[in-house]
Amino acid sequence: MTEPPSGEGDAINPRPSLPELLFALSYVSLTGFGGVLPFARRMIVEQKRWMSAEEFNEVFSLCQFLPGPNIVNFSVVYGARLGGPLGAVLGLIAILAPAMVVVMILGGIYMRFGDVAALQRILSGLAAAAAGLIVAVSAKMAVPLFRRGFGPAPIVAVAIFIAVGILRVPLLWALLVATPAGIALAWRWRT
Amino acid sequence: MKAGTGTLDALMTQFLLLSLLAVGGGNAAIPEMHRQAVDVLGWMTDRQFADLFAIAQVAPGPNIIVVTLIGFHVAGVAGGVVATLAMCGPSCLLAFGMGHIWERFRYARWRVLIQAGLVPVSVGLIAASALILAQAADVNWVAFALTMVMAAVGYFTRVHPLWIFALAAFAGYVGLV
Repeated sequence: MTEPPSGEGDAINPRPSLPELLFALSYVSLTGFGGVLPFARRMIVEQKRWMSAEEFNEVFSLCQFLPGPNIVNFSVVYGARLGGPLGAVLGLIAILAPAMVVVMILGGIYMRFGDVAALQRILSGLAAAAAGLIVAVSAKMAVPLFRRGFGPAPIVAVAIFIAVGILRVPLLWALLVATPAGIALAWRWRT
Repeated sequence: MKAGTGTLDALMTQFLLLSLLAVGGGNAAIPEMHRQAVDVLGWMTDRQFADLFAIAQVAPGPNIIVVTLIGFHVAGVAGGVVATLAMCGPSCLLAFGMGHIWERFRYARWRVLIQAGLVPVSVGLIAASALILAQAADVNWVAFALTMVMAAVGYFTRVHPLWIFALAAFAGYVGLV
């Protein structure tokens, strides 16, 4: 562990081929426990260095804003950037299909053995650890934002965190307010 | 568990509608999924829904595979596939179109400004998700410690998270969580 805190690398490797993308996203689909975002980021930004931390934030923020599962949107958008419609379909299949097979096998096991108490206890432990992964990735995403110094961006990030995370404002309302406000603030700040 | 055409149609309709309502990601759609599956359509009990959600959370893959499990529970493998494709189809088409526009206008001023406005919203939402998930999972101090250990390991090191998951599974198995 001699390397610096992950995700800060600026060295970018060449864009992957579609088979490389298919393999990488399938691997992420099969190993991404407790939410795939940390694993996708780890693979694409930290290990393969196909994207910078800022570029990943940029694409992911679009997918976060759009409706639907973020990481599936991300796979479609990233796949499309690399290989057009074919890349998009491959990205979709790669991120979903392996996980679907596994989860339906688990679903079958659950229908048979779901009453076993030990299984329930193990699930509780795994859920606690999974939450930690999201804590780590949110910290990593916040660093490039706050590193740029003063400006409206950190204020908007903190405001939406308080509104959605603490006050539990319905997401649609929060987005309808925060997105125009964030864009307006960005516009005011830059001109 | 019978994959009748009517059941598959119902699954497809429900999740096609939900796809574009899931603003902010799959977890944002959970309350509506629960309302439909448990209260409106009676596909499963409250407890079954909670169990399926827990399995989807700890299984590998996108969180949205809870939809696969709901479909699987209602109508077997065909149900799982139909529900998942319906949930992802409309939003994926939108993402495909928007991603194209996003890239084409990479240096356009309006796009840069929208980007600058969206990134902090995204960062704030992920942080909010972290808080909500931690509050749901951290039922005691051991669970909280597991969350913090995973957060520290994930932020400061490149240790594979599966090692921490193994530790967490063991802590759960022996009854600490």
